[in-house]
Amino acid sequence: MSQVAIDKTIDARGTYCPGPLMELIKTLKTAPLQSVIEVWSSDSGSATDIPVWVKKSGHEFVYSIEENGYWRIAIRKAR
Amino acid sequence: MRRIAILGGGVGGTMVANRLARELRSDIDRGDVEVVLIGEDANHTYQPGFLYVAFNQAPLERFVRPQTSLLVYGVRFLQMRALRIDADNNSLLFENGDLLTYDYLVIATGSHPTMDTVAGLKEGAYSFYTADQAIRLRDALANIASGRIVIGVDVPHKCPVAVLEFTLMLDEYLRKRGTRDQFEIIYTYPIGRLHSLIPVANWVEPEFERRGIQSEFFFNVDNVDPDKKIIESLEGSSYAYDLLVMVPAHRGAKVIIDSGIGDESGFVPTDRYSLRMKGSHNVFVIGDATDLPISKAGSTAHYEADTIVTNLIDELHGLPADHQYDGKVYCFIEGGLEKATYIAFSYTEPPKPTAPSELLHWFKLMYNEIYWLSVRGLL
Repeated sequence: MSQVAIDKTIDARGTYCPGPLMELIKTLKTAPLQSVIEVWSSDSGSATDIPVWVKKSGHEFVYSIEENGYWRIAIRKAR
Repeated sequence: MRRIAILGGGVGGTMVANRLARELRSDIDRGDVEVVLIGEDANHTYQPGFLYVAFNQAPLERFVRPQTSLLVYGVRFLQMRALRIDADNNSLLFENGDLLTYDYLVIATGSHPTMDTVAGLKEGAYSFYTADQAIRLRDALANIASGRIVIGVDVPHKCPVAVLEFTLMLDEYLRKRGTRDQFEIIYTYPIGRLHSLIPVANWVEPEFERRGIQSEFFFNVDNVDPDKKIIESLEGSSYAYDLLVMVPAHRGAKVIIDSGIGDESGFVPTDRYSLRMKGSHNVFVIGDATDLPISKAGSTAHYEADTIVTNLIDELHGLPADHQYDGKVYCFIEGGLEKATYIAFSYTEPPKPTAPSELLHWFKLMYNEIYWLSVRGLL
């Protein structure tokens, strides 16, 4: 996991609206294909919401790591 | 003389200009400070009013006033279109070729809905995010007798609760007209619940059930076929519709994109606490123009104005400019045509639900009038 190159990081910690997943969707729309986006979220729900959406939308889930009080979740744009 | 230039005459820009002029009156009178507000429009529009226009609850004119009528003594207003921001040389280039240098700049250029990011959207969908769109939708709603109304959301967009307000108001609008049973209302949303804010999603879920409003989660619009009247999501589902109402994706202002200081969507990288443009000491960013992952809303700009105005005044007076924005946002939410609630949160305080009431609805309507005092820097 430490070898995955992150192309863009979204620090959505402490933000509730529009929230980490909406920020991810926004960022993926303009990101180049195959780029890896890492979202930082202090909402535990992101660790389940984001992988569910990533699967439904055809992108690739890379990892989810719990840090001290927040999660780092990485996604690769696949379409 | 030190010049503070404020680019953008919306909520954030007008509020900052007026509050600076009020608090720096002596400095302005001595000729030590100049406050210049640059806006493209002669009129100032209270955008939350579009929702009421769409349902013919109020005429557009109620929400529009001449920009100069809102400015206090000490604000110099330039009705100009800026083409470039040269942050390295502290200057703005205007359409007529003029240059304006500044000591401090506040970027308040907002976010702008565009129907161009999704194929078929412009031809196939209605919206209520501009004055023209709200009027067009008002007329369409007045003339439709039955069918399926599909509501959708693209990202990013300003006023994240407006789509829910629209949906609940639509339900009551049709009920008052006595035609609700002739319509199917389908609400779609990009993520796995009815709204980003969990308390709001929890509040509205039984409301939708009670009102017979259908919903689909994880629906991000991919394309619209305006001839067949079908909307498809990138997740693979689709709906035929008789009337499609979309909250379109927003972009930053053209001047931000053309100046090369924005991100991929034209929003300015901004420090979430100091509200300074990243890498700059003398450029602040307010409201929808920032790239911050917080609500793009007038309320956000209102609270951000506190931080920016205080820090600018402190800097001008040689004091430490260490005031920080705490992420505060406060939004009214119309729960139909007769009840409303509100939600408030910050970087450290999660949102909590508040029971909807008729009183809050009237307070929201009252705020629509109080706004004109607020933007003058009085509240």
